Parts: sequence; C-alpha cells; structure tokens
Amino acid sequence: MKIPLKWLQEYVALTLSSSDLANKLTMAGIEVKGVQVIGGEWENIVVGQIIAIKPHPNADRLSLPTIDLGTEQQTVVCGAPNLRFGDKVAFAPVGAQLIDGHTGQAFRLKSARIRGVMSSGMACSEKELGISDSHERIIVLPAEAPVGTPLADYLGDVIFDLDITPNRPDCLCVIGIAREIAALTGRSLSLPEVSYKEAASPIDQQISVEIAAPDLCPRYGASLITGVKIGESPRWLQQRLLACGMRPISNIVDITNYVMLEYGQPLHAFDYDKIKGKKIIVRRAAEGEAVVTLDGVERVLSADMLVIADTAGSVAIAGVMGGADSEVTRGTTSILLEAASFNPASIHYTGRRLQLPSEACMRFERGIRPELTLPALKRTTQLIVQLAGGEAAKGVVDVYPGKREQEPILLSTGKVKTLLGVEFSLDQIVGALTSLGFDCKQGDSASEVWVTTPYWRSDIHLTVDLIEEIVRVIGYDKIPATMLSQSLPRQNPEPVLGLKQQAGRILTGCGFQEVITYSLTSLEMLNKLLPEPHPLEPMPLRMANPMTAEREYLRPSLRANLLAAFSANRRHEDSGIRLFELGKVYLPRHNDLPDEPEALCGILGGSRLEKSWQGKEELLDFYDAKGVVEGLLNQLGVEANFEEDRDESLCLGKQAAIVVDGKKLGVVGELHPKVLEAFEVSEPVYLFEINLTALLPFTIGHKMFQPIPRFPAIVRDMALVIDTEISHQRVLDIIKSFPLVNQVTLFDVYAGDQVPRGKKSLAYRITFQSPTHTLTDKEVNKVQQQILNKLSSELGAILRG
Amino acid sequence: MLQQLEELKLKAFQELEGINDVKELESWRVRYLGRKSHLTNILRRLAALPLGERKAVGAYANEVKVYLEDSLKQRGEALREAQLAASAEKEHIDITLPGRHLPIGRLHPITQTLHEICDIFSSMGFQVVEGPEVEWDYYNFEALNIPKEHPARDTMSTSWVDFQTENGVPMLLRTHTTSVSARIIESMPPPIRVVEPGKVYRYEASDATHVPMFHQIDGLVVDRGITMADLKGTLYEFSRRFFGEDRKARFRCDYFPFVEPGVEMAIECLVCGGKGCRLCGNTGWIEILGAGMTHSQVLQRGGIDPDIYTSFAFGMGIERLPMLRYGIDDVRLFYGSDLRFLRQF
Repeated sequence: MKIPLKWLQEYVALTLSSSDLANKLTMAGIEVKGVQVIGGEWENIVVGQIIAIKPHPNADRLSLPTIDLGTEQQTVVCGAPNLRFGDKVAFAPVGAQLIDGHTGQAFRLKSARIRGVMSSGMACSEKELGISDSHERIIVLPAEAPVGTPLADYLGDVIFDLDITPNRPDCLCVIGIAREIAALTGRSLSLPEVSYKEAASPIDQQISVEIAAPDLCPRYGASLITGVKIGESPRWLQQRLLACGMRPISNIVDITNYVMLEYGQPLHAFDYDKIKGKKIIVRRAAEGEAVVTLDGVERVLSADMLVIADTAGSVAIAGVMGGADSEVTRGTTSILLEAASFNPASIHYTGRRLQLPSEACMRFERGIRPELTLPALKRTTQLIVQLAGGEAAKGVVDVYPGKREQEPILLSTGKVKTLLGVEFSLDQIVGALTSLGFDCKQGDSASEVWVTTPYWRSDIHLTVDLIEEIVRVIGYDKIPATMLSQSLPRQNPEPVLGLKQQAGRILTGCGFQEVITYSLTSLEMLNKLLPEPHPLEPMPLRMANPMTAEREYLRPSLRANLLAAFSANRRHEDSGIRLFELGKVYLPRHNDLPDEPEALCGILGGSRLEKSWQGKEELLDFYDAKGVVEGLLNQLGVEANFEEDRDESLCLGKQAAIVVDGKKLGVVGELHPKVLEAFEVSEPVYLFEINLTALLPFTIGHKMFQPIPRFPAIVRDMALVIDTEISHQRVLDIIKSFPLVNQVTLFDVYAGDQVPRGKKSLAYRITFQSPTHTLTDKEVNKVQQQILNKLSSELGAILRG
Repeated sequence: MLQQLEELKLKAFQELEGINDVKELESWRVRYLGRKSHLTNILRRLAALPLGERKAVGAYANEVKVYLEDSLKQRGEALREAQLAASAEKEHIDITLPGRHLPIGRLHPITQTLHEICDIFSSMGFQVVEGPEVEWDYYNFEALNIPKEHPARDTMSTSWVDFQTENGVPMLLRTHTTSVSARIIESMPPPIRVVEPGKVYRYEASDATHVPMFHQIDGLVVDRGITMADLKGTLYEFSRRFFGEDRKARFRCDYFPFVEPGVEMAIECLVCGGKGCRLCGNTGWIEILGAGMTHSQVLQRGGIDPDIYTSFAFGMGIERLPMLRYGIDDVRLFYGSDLRFLRQF
C-alpha cells in the first residue's frame, strides 16, 4: 500500500527523517518496503505561468508560450495541445533532469533550435516529471501554485510503500498509519473535523434497510445525498489517488476511494434513483442468481454469497463489486452511500470464487470493525456535499444487528515477564498501550491492569496480543538474549535420517554428485520409462491444480528425473557422469496420506576415469554400478543377494534385484535402450535404486567384531574350466562352504581360444586361515582337493592345466 | 715385508681411486681385502716371523687393513652419491603434468547447508525430526490458526492433491515445515526441542527468486519457563555461528498466525554491511527468518496446557542462505541438476 507523507502530515506531525520514520515503522511491524521520493530529481524546475502564447512561424502544431517565472520570463517552443493563457505550469530550464517522453530514459535538458526557433527550457508533461505516464499534455498546476517556487516544494512528496500484514486491516489507511506514527514517536493524532449541513427530510423516509443475513453483515450504514453533480474530482484529490496508485474516475467514485484510503473503510455509492422499492435488503444470493457487475460481466452467484438487493433484485455483490444497474453515471443526481461491515471469510470466499480481487475486498476479508462504518460514512458524505454539491438527507441509516461489547482483558506485569523474559513496569506497559489508543484501568492489584481495545483494532483478543503491542512500542531491542537453561529433553533420533546422511557420504566418496530434483513430474516423463507403453499401475498422485503439465504428478520413483539430469548434463560433459538423489517418493494409499519412503537412486555412464594423458579410456559398466551397491551395503553392514530380475525399464539379463533377507529392496542394472532413446541418451547407462526406508531395519545392529587373525594365512590360486552358463555365485557358494576358507577373490574370467568352446575359465585366489593354529601345507592341500572334488562333481569343473 | 706392505697400500689405493663403478668395488675388495688377498696372506703368516719383526709388521699390516677398509667405505659412499645424483638428473619428471584423479562427488549445496544448520541446532540440544510432505489441510493450516478463508492462506499459494478421502478432508503439498511442528505438538510430550528440515511447495511459477519446491527448517521449543529472551538468544547464537561473530542481527515485529508475539529476524546485509545496497533493498538488513512465541491456541489444540508450558517457534527458508553466501543470483540453479553449477560447492 502506498501512502504519501504529505497526506500523513495532515493527521500527525512528522518529526523524523523519512528514512528514520521508515525504519521505526518497519521495526514495529509496519514494513516499509520502498521509499519513493517524488521531485527528488526536480532540480531547478519551478512553477511558472503562461503569460502569452504566439504561434510558431514554421510549424502549425507548435506554439511559443512565454512563461513568467517570477524573476524572469522565458519564451519556449511547445507542442502540447493544452496550452492556455494564465495556466500554471512546471517549467524546466536548460540543465534540468527530465524523463524522455518517448524512451522513458532520464536526460538533461539542453537548449535546442526547433524548426528555426531557439528554445531554452520547456513546459513539462507528467511523464517528463516522472509522476505518471501521461505525456500528451503538459501538466497544469492548480491556480494557487505560487509562481517561481521550486516545483519540488510545491508538488514533491515522499511515498512509503507499505507491506501490511493480514492481521492489521486498521493499518490499510492513512489514518491508521498516522496513528502508529503518533504512538511510536510520542505525538498526538488529529482527525478530520466532520460536519455537514443536512436537509430537513429525514433519511428513514427515503430509504429503508433490512439485513436478512446478520451473520454475514453485522452492520449496514447508509446516507443519502441529493442534487449532486457528477464530474471530475478536484486536482488535489486526483493527485492523492494517483500517488496511492489509484486511477481517478469521477468525483463520487474518487471520494469513496479517497475515504477508503483515509479511514480504511470501503464504501459504495449507488444511484439512488435506480434503487427499486427504495429498500436495501442484505441477503444471501439465490443459487444461480445472476448479476451484471460494474465491469459489464454477468456473474452467476451461489447461495453462500452475500448480495445487496432492492425489491427487484440484487444491485451489488456485497463488499466485492457493485452492480451495473445501480451504477453512478453522468446523469446521476442522488447518491445512496453505503458503509457496511461484512463477514471476512464470506467476502474472502466470494472474492476468490468470482476472481474479483479489489481494494475493498482485500480490506473486508481481513476483518474491519463495524464501529468504523459510521465515521467513514459521515466523512464521505461531507466530502460529497463539499466537492460534488448536493444536500445530505437528515441523519443516517444504521442497522447494527452484530453489536458486541468489547470485553476488557486483564494484563499483569508478571504475565509480560513470563512471556518476554524481561520485566516492564506497569507505567511502561500502560504508556505503550495508551499511546496506541487502548484504554487501561487499574486492576485489583498494583501489578494488574484491565485493558479495553480501541474500536478500530480487530486483531486483539488475548493477553498475548496486548504483550505484542507493548513490545512493539517499547522495542524488541529491550528484550535480552538468553540461552536456553532448561535441562535437555530426551533425544530420540530418527534412524532413517542417520542412514540418509551415511548413504550420502558413501556415495559422494564413490564419486557420485548429489542432485535434488522436483518432486512433481509429468505423465510423459514417467511414460518414457516404459519401453512398451501401458497404463501406470498404480497411477501416481495427481495435483488438483497443476501449475504446468510438467509438474502434474507426484513422482513414484526418482528414475525419470535422474535420467533427464544425466541427459541434460551429457550435452556439456564428455567424461563419466555419476549422479544420485536421496529423497522421498510418493506412493498412493487408500483413504490416507501417501506412503513416503526415502528412496536412493544412482545413475552412471561414460568413462570410468577422467580422460587422462595416462592410460586408455575405459567405460563404466554394470559391474561399476553393482560395485557401488556392494560397497554401500557392505559399509552399512547389510548382506544382500543379487538375483535375476525383470524390471521393464532395464535390459533383460543385465539387471539384478537387490535382495536382503528374502525381500527385494532395490535393483541394479543397465537401462533399456528404448528408455535411453526416450531420454535422448545414446550410450549405455546404468542405474541402481534402493528403498532406504525398507533397508533401515537391516542396517541396525548387524555389525559384529571379528578378531584380527593371529595365525598366518596360506594363499592358493585355482583356475577352473567350467561351462559358460554356470554363474560365479554357484562356484563361490561351494568354495565358501569349506572350513578354513577365509576369503575368496575372483581375479580372472576368460573365454576364448585357450579354453574349449562352451567353457570359460574362472581364476580364484583362496585365502586359508585358522583362528587356532598355523596351517600346514598338508592341511590346506587336503581342503583344496576336497573343494576341487566337489566343484567337479557338482559343476563339472576341472582344474585348468 | 714393511716395504711390500707400503707398496701394496699405495697400489690398492691408486686402483681404488680409479674405480667408478659400484660393482668393481667388490672385486677390488676381494683382491685386496679378501681371504686370498696378499694382505690376508701376510697377516696369516705373521706367526712365522721372528718376534721383533712380527710386532712391527703385524701393527703395520693391521694399519693398512683399516686404511684400505675405510678408503673402500669412503669410495663406496662417494660412488653411491654420484650415482644418485646422476639418476636424479636422468629420471627427472615433469611435475606440472596433471595428477591422476579419482572421481569426486559432492553433496548438493542445499544438503550441505541443511547439515550445517542441523549441526548447529543439534549442539544446542535440538533433535532433528521430519514429517510428511503430502499433508492434510489440518496440520498445514487449521492447527496453525489458519482456518479456511484466512487471508494468510493467500500468501502461501497451495498445491492441492487430487485425492478423495471418505470424509472429504483436503490433501495438499505442505507450504511450510511448520506443519511438522503441528504434528510434534500433538504427538510429543513436553519438554520439546526439535528442528524440522524438509521440502515445501508453493503454487508459484518459477523465476530467478521463486521455485515451486524449496526447503525450509522449522524449530520448536516447548518447556516450562520458555521466554522470548530465550528465542532471541537461541537465534542470535545460530546467526553468530552461521553468519559469523560480527554479523549484527535484529528482531522486528512481524505477523504469523501461529505465533504471538511474532517477529522477523534480519541480519546486516552481507554485501554492503548495513550501508544499503540493491541486495537489501537499501535497508541494510536481510530478512532471514520468522519466529515468535507459539500461539496458546496452537498449543492447546495439540493438547499442551499453555498455562504450564510456554513455547517458541521459528521457520527459515534454506535456499536464501547459500545464495547469500556464494552470491548465487538464480534460485532455479539449485534444481537444474547442472554439474557445472553443483561442482562449485
């Protein structure tokens, strides 16, 4: 919200510099997010008066006004169509800084010859002065503008752009801010004097008001002004609206807006003659009831919306927008003025539903106190009578079914100390509250006080609300900073958080870069993971209001995003890419929030080591992916089996399920070529995926200390020739089943000319060791022979010659 | 005999001087000091000599032996030195060639920041807890004094999940991690001291300062005798450790429906140091977090008696912190997965 300081000054003396004042307000919760100085750049620009206008000898559209500047006179060339003898204008001499009317850039004015006539200076448009975008005409100042005065003194201002929190609708107006400033700077507030002459005929005889929905409309006030003349509002009023960011429309509309900005109470003006039955009924809309609003759009209402109606039908959507049928137009002569109080939630709902946000709506939905209606109604009536002529009917209508007494709140110095951790005296407390308009009455003891909230505040209900007011005025810097002194609460760390950290550390140690991708994805992305299209089962959770098609579904796995990340990085990375993500995936459940297991997904492809001047390039493969998984699980103390799997996104025969204790907890494998193609990847890429939440129970308490061997080991190498189809795992399982075998390492796999067709050679290094004695060759030879016998009888393996 | 020894000594020394190869030293040793050498022979035959001569020859022969042994040792050392120097010269490598690199992985800058923040709060006795990202309207809004049609909902544009429950309860993507506080108040008996990091979501279009998903951390303390001074002390300590000893911090009044009084903490601008610049909008201050004394209604709703316990809460956006620290000007970079960005942290 924009508020000009010159306007504020009418209600409170401003004793601080604008930056100090901005800081003071900000600290107290009224954030000044911008300070705009109008006229800060108007060096040398002064008020001048046109005392002669001559035509330009060489151009029809240009003229040569002579401008009196008090001490001198200047004749300049001017192209504006609105030059008038006697008008006051803004004159810029050579050297003044202005805004170029066409480019919007700042420039310094130079003297120039225009169509053969020298011009040293110019009469400025609003755009050239940086006030508005209006450039066609020059600015015409009010007749009372003193000739020769610097324009900055006359028209300059400082405008605060305020960010008002939703709990402070009372600060959505000039008087509200003035009130805050008065409290924060210790000055007094002076409100406008409101009085106007009333006609003899009482208003009750000319209009009646009935509130049929008192729960949505606690108060409805109205006044009637007859004989008004619709036209433009005076320049000063237009200027203030513009400074606050509102567009002037006509005198009546401008006045209602002006009072809204001044008092914070939205008002609405009806053309009295268009109100049928001379009766206002505040009621719920009929379901499907239609009303054409001021913007000419027909709105269909529902039964939970509130309307202002006459005997024929609705004339406005309460608090949101007026109806076209009752609109004030050029021909209007009688104004029925409304100042009402509406239920905030109802207005919020209606405004959102009809997508009609407005200044009025924004104020109503934050909750404006009903007590504000009458002062604002009377102020508006006064200004209409003053500025648009006419006569106010005697009295006002005031229907007030929602009247409630303000209960005082008990406050004690002890309570303040309990919450803030610092003691304030009762005098300090009462002083702060009184400055904000609260009424304080001594309580039963010397440390207690009964506090009544002023009528304009809708946000004060509890003792703590008062405590905030006190500390706001006294200052948060008066609160000391202390460290928590209570004993430490019992800690129950969530083990999955530790597992996530550990997994992250291990994977970065393996050279993987962590990425974080959006949890929301598209069906298109998820479908890219399917080599053969089919509907997803189960369907991932969908957003009701997706921002874009790319962010419509909650990801059921991390795969698609990682593949997309791989693909995008491949465009600029020519070496190996290793990425991982640790994050939640979202699996729908019946009638409940989705399951959100912590997933871990890694992806790798490209060269194993950075391209180097040494050694040849080797590509990452399945066994790199598996090695990472094995290393990870080993460090986590988990024993896993790798079993053949059929994950459709991976190549058949080049993938393994990661099985722990009979449960599949993940998968590792090479991505299916069609999937890679869908992600525009043209190289083999490997993936591993682990459900960390499911893995968690297997990572706890499974590591047991093994004593370091005290007796030397004997190492034997054994190369076997065996059928190609027999897996390493089967050989390994047999070797490991023998006693004294401590470690088995596969160090060579060979198939080719040196072995028969259909066979391969597997070379193992077996470490024999006993925990009780030093082994002899004889002992080892015996076991080795037994191993060989079993491998031979069960797998048909023979020792390679 | 003495004459012979003198000649032997001279000859052996001269030969030794001429040797330039470590291998030749051994044959020299065998020749002059070996078991079959002349010197050994002389020594062996000493007993046969007359007593007077034996003494003189024996002494001199031993002298020659020690002399030759020392000379051999010196020559050997000299030769090894020379050899090392020669090979150092010959085997010189280009130390400017690049080293062999193992692949290096890094945690995401947001993860790094979260770890750092959690570590600071952990050291102050806070436990790290997490909660669901897909949440009921109740924990995200209602439990936190944000009923339907509350204007505060407008400031947190919400992504709603298209999901029908039997009782029609709306499901959403949490807009702040404060939803976890609402759950903790309901489920954990006081005393409570927790921080709640995690992802949050807003129904917003992306630009340089907005993304539809980002990270927050909320904190909650519930105990007897918790005051706003404790809140200030805790957050100032956090600021001191995260932003550094000299970075000034301030509290100002702000509004959040679930706290009262509510404050915003700002630190002195990291760019201009408080003088005012573009980054801080000429205020000299950068907003870091929102906080306050947990609203009594919020405690009550969760089953905690606000007459016995008081509580403070705070909530902070994460992305802003590494952005300020590293001068990152576009928040979307965090979620672009671009290695050229991620490798910098």
